[in-house]
Amino acid sequence: MSGPSLAVATARRVLLQLRHDPRTIAMMLVVPSVMMILLRYVLSNPLLLDRVGPEYIGVFPFVIMFIVAAITTQRERARGTLERLMAMPLGKLDLLAGYAMAFGLMACVQVTLVLVISLTWLGVTLPGSAVPMAVIAVLDAILGMATGLFASAFARTEFQAVQFMPAFVLPQALLGGLVVPRAQMTDALRWLSDVLPLSYAVDAMQRITASSAWTSGISADVAVILAFTVAALVGGALTLRRRAR
Amino acid sequence: MAADGLVVRRGGQVILDDLTFAVASGQVTGLLGPSGCGKTTLMRVLVGVQAITAGSVTVLGQPAGHPRLRARVGYATQAPAVYTDLTLGENLAYFGTVLGLRGRRLGEAIARTVTRLDLGGLERRLVGTFSGGQLARAGLAVALLGRPDLLILDEPTVGLDPVLRRDLWALFHELAAAGTSLLVSSHVMDEAARCDTLLFMRQGRFLAQAPPAEILRQAGAADLEGAFFTLATRAPRTAAR
Repeated sequence: MSGPSLAVATARRVLLQLRHDPRTIAMMLVVPSVMMILLRYVLSNPLLLDRVGPEYIGVFPFVIMFIVAAITTQRERARGTLERLMAMPLGKLDLLAGYAMAFGLMACVQVTLVLVISLTWLGVTLPGSAVPMAVIAVLDAILGMATGLFASAFARTEFQAVQFMPAFVLPQALLGGLVVPRAQMTDALRWLSDVLPLSYAVDAMQRITASSAWTSGISADVAVILAFTVAALVGGALTLRRRAR
Repeated sequence: MAADGLVVRRGGQVILDDLTFAVASGQVTGLLGPSGCGKTTLMRVLVGVQAITAGSVTVLGQPAGHPRLRARVGYATQAPAVYTDLTLGENLAYFGTVLGLRGRRLGEAIARTVTRLDLGGLERRLVGTFSGGQLARAGLAVALLGRPDLLILDEPTVGLDPVLRRDLWALFHELAAAGTSLLVSSHVMDEAARCDTLLFMRQGRFLAQAPPAEILRQAGAADLEGAFFTLATRAPRTAAR
């Protein structure tokens, strides 16, 4: 690591790339909100929305950040810019931290937008403050980004990277407690669900909607989400090889 | 820049087969040979992004790939490795920062490189909209940015128009005259005559390493293309292992 300035320079570069691609920015920012609006009218039941809505607020940013990070990194590998950077005085951690900062910032904007729309226009009510929910949603987005970075190492082409989205994300959504509560699953499925990071994101959101205060259960979920994020980033760093074999 | 008994094996195939060479600094060295003979792999070893199986490689007095070399060796890949979704100026500013340039020094380095490669007026344009020749020069610009002591250029002139090729070769010699060492690969033999020293390569081995005039004499050929074929038929054929 060559100090924070190279990570900041990398974050700036990633954000500049996004700035030249307004359509991607629009999709990153708008899609989660549109999905929430759809959910609101599909459910058309305020009580159900109060319970289910927050779970989705934790999942949408995860999904979008996963795919954006997977594709961006895959492109960096395919175009040779990653090899060029690895031949230059840039640390792997500078690169990863740069990505994390840039996409983390985008995640904050994305989550703010979806929360404001959900809590005002869509009328989602929470027992307590919206801050814990915002924190969890941003952490989920960063987890999605870290997982996407890691997954991109296993994609030879952009086409494969796109398909990782359903491959990595849909099983987690099915097993994470969005469709069927985890308590009602068979043991085998629940064990599988226990090792998938999105389960903890959904669980944290369920706890937030159930209590007006920050509980130790939420803290435990946050710890697991952070641990998965760090593991994915370390895995990502290991897949960034300076030297090909 | 020197190698001793360099072997690179990848996926069970021998890509570089026991290469030994030494290249003087402040010269343009041409790495010539057909596609797939190992030129790019040799360049990647010298830059430090390809692991070696056996032997040793020294670049600017350090083992190839040493962290201290990363700011001293400029590398341009065959397909220009630049961000097509950034402007030229943004590309150069980012890579310059990575090379440790800041503030006024960064601005000066960018201005100098843009002038050198005749890219003036394109700083604010997206690299994705560049023509082939502009894109190639943008890739070279990044390699030149940090005033490297050694420049490794992988087929920098292939597919470019004759005028641009002539200009780039003039630039390579200008840089060499100022003390930079250059290793330039090509599969086009008419570029060989423009180099100070040549490394003729085929199937992961060197056929010859000498100045162009010396190679012509060795092969008893009238031109370098003829010399390459003469030397290739003389060399014991190495069957694929």
